[in-house]
Amino acid sequence: MSLDQTSGALPASTLPRARLVAVARQHRVLLAALFLLVFPLLVPFKALAVMILIYGLYALGFNLLFGYLGLLSFGHSALFGTGAYLCGIAIVHFGAPWFVAIAVGTASGVLMALAIGALAIRTRGIYFAMVTLALSQCAYYLFYQSVGWTGGENGLRGIDVRTIGLFGAKLDFMDPLTRYYVVAGFVIAAMFLLSRILASPFGAVIEAVRENEARARASGYDVTRVRLVTFVLSGGFCGLAGALLALHLSIVPIETLHYETSGLAVMMCLLGGMGTFFGPFVGAAVFLLLENLVSVWTVHWQLFVGAAFMVCVLFFPRGIWGSILHWLER
Amino acid sequence: MAGLSLELIGLQLFTGVALGAVYVLLAIGLSLIFGMLTVVNFAHGAFYMLGAYCGLWLMMKGASFWLCLIAVPLAIGAVGLAVERVLIRPLYGRGIDYPLLLTFGLSYIMVELVRITFGNTGFPVDTPELLQGAVDIGVGYFPLYRLFVIGVTAVILVGLWLFLERTSFGLIIRAGARDPQIVRILGVDVSRVWLVVFGLGTAIAGVAGLLAAPLQGVIPEMGGPILAEAFVVTVVGGMGSLMGAVLAGLLVGVVVSMTSLFAPEMAKVAIFALMAVVLLIRPQGFFGRAGLMS
Repeated sequence: MSLDQTSGALPASTLPRARLVAVARQHRVLLAALFLLVFPLLVPFKALAVMILIYGLYALGFNLLFGYLGLLSFGHSALFGTGAYLCGIAIVHFGAPWFVAIAVGTASGVLMALAIGALAIRTRGIYFAMVTLALSQCAYYLFYQSVGWTGGENGLRGIDVRTIGLFGAKLDFMDPLTRYYVVAGFVIAAMFLLSRILASPFGAVIEAVRENEARARASGYDVTRVRLVTFVLSGGFCGLAGALLALHLSIVPIETLHYETSGLAVMMCLLGGMGTFFGPFVGAAVFLLLENLVSVWTVHWQLFVGAAFMVCVLFFPRGIWGSILHWLER
Repeated sequence: MAGLSLELIGLQLFTGVALGAVYVLLAIGLSLIFGMLTVVNFAHGAFYMLGAYCGLWLMMKGASFWLCLIAVPLAIGAVGLAVERVLIRPLYGRGIDYPLLLTFGLSYIMVELVRITFGNTGFPVDTPELLQGAVDIGVGYFPLYRLFVIGVTAVILVGLWLFLERTSFGLIIRAGARDPQIVRILGVDVSRVWLVVFGLGTAIAGVAGLLAAPLQGVIPEMGGPILAEAFVVTVVGGMGSLMGAVLAGLLVGVVVSMTSLFAPEMAKVAIFALMAVVLLIRPQGFFGRAGLMS
């Protein structure tokens, strides 16, 4: 059962709350955009708000694959990290302007997804998680060893973008609030695109494959192709998130490609609610806020990550946003 | 390539087999657990790490390496039993991804607990006195300890084979892997079988960690990369096949040692290239049954 598929007008006799939910759902991206406008005022500091946007987008891309298509990938750090590195390389080594760098990062995420996807899609079910993890580990070593291009262990430094030229106006990217709104612009655009994809006939096919693969195949859909296309789309979103991360941090740490970064996407998605549109964002926000709070009084933050993982799996599989939706739809 | 003699290649081949032995032990545990429980144990690398640290701790307390060889699998197996009973059992029947996610979270906790207890930095582990030095194996002198690793692995494999093929409990395990429902109808408590299998798989991972400790030292993060490599072995060999795990483990070990001889910078990447080739030619692996995973 999907939490996200009701759309269009409901009969007038339904509960007002349900009707409100349906209307809100139709205009979900608009509402999210309005929320993101005031969001930086609710967070302790602006840099955290930017991180939530970036990791939210990363988890959103992951959720397209895990939540909507039902494929569990443990290799999304490769897509995220490739986007970040290639965006950084475009700026550091080729002096590309910021918008070109973002396009390069996104495109490289797509290409990486195509390479990993083409191999991993050949296996099914449980193999998929193992193969994607192994291939992302391979990507980690490749970037780690190309010291000349990536800086190896020290990470890629010197991604120095100070001003963003937009329609003749020069925006000060060093100003935290401006930086937030620039990133938010990209994230809202990505959200809109994702919302359109999910509402399209192809989006319905994605969910059909998750619900019943054999029936989708019997209905004439090329399931392998649907999976690959979804993986590649997911790679585009994650590549964009990586590119934004490179611009925001002005350095790409090698840890971006570590398999724990893949685990992060899984965690955020699980925490927020997989297969729900805003779940990954809620998960990313809660996760990063908690990380900020907990790491003040202990360095062993990973202990909490692991525990949260297990609690979510054992007792709370709907996640935070999923539970809220479930409660609204009762 | 003047320095590359036939002897050197021969020695490197043996080094590869010794390395492969550790892969075999990890992959066989993964494969065993998957074959019975259809659970991919993402904490397998963490159990391996725990085995190494358990041995280190015992040796710091004055225990001999030989005692560790008995005590470590018992201790790690016991942890495995507890994990299956308390954490994984509630998840049966809830979809194949849930135990995977749970064990992934569990590995974070295990690694962090080891960091809290032993610190972030690693420790070197001494080779037991009796196994120091090298012996002439025909092509040159080879470290005795690596031969010992190969020997222990062979003993474990033979023991496991006898257990699965020649005991009545092994018969139940094999039947349970093929059709748990029928086995249940015949009056066998399948959940008890699964418990034992998970304990067995993690105990073997613990031994692998102990054996690897003198070769490379111990560090809390040692389980991560080797888990990815063990996955490669399982994919190449075919999931759920013990024969596949053995052959693919040795093959991967030899590929790693040979590439580090001829192209050291490619050593880390070579096994993933091997996996890619196998996926292209034979997606189910050497001994995997087609359609098993669908």
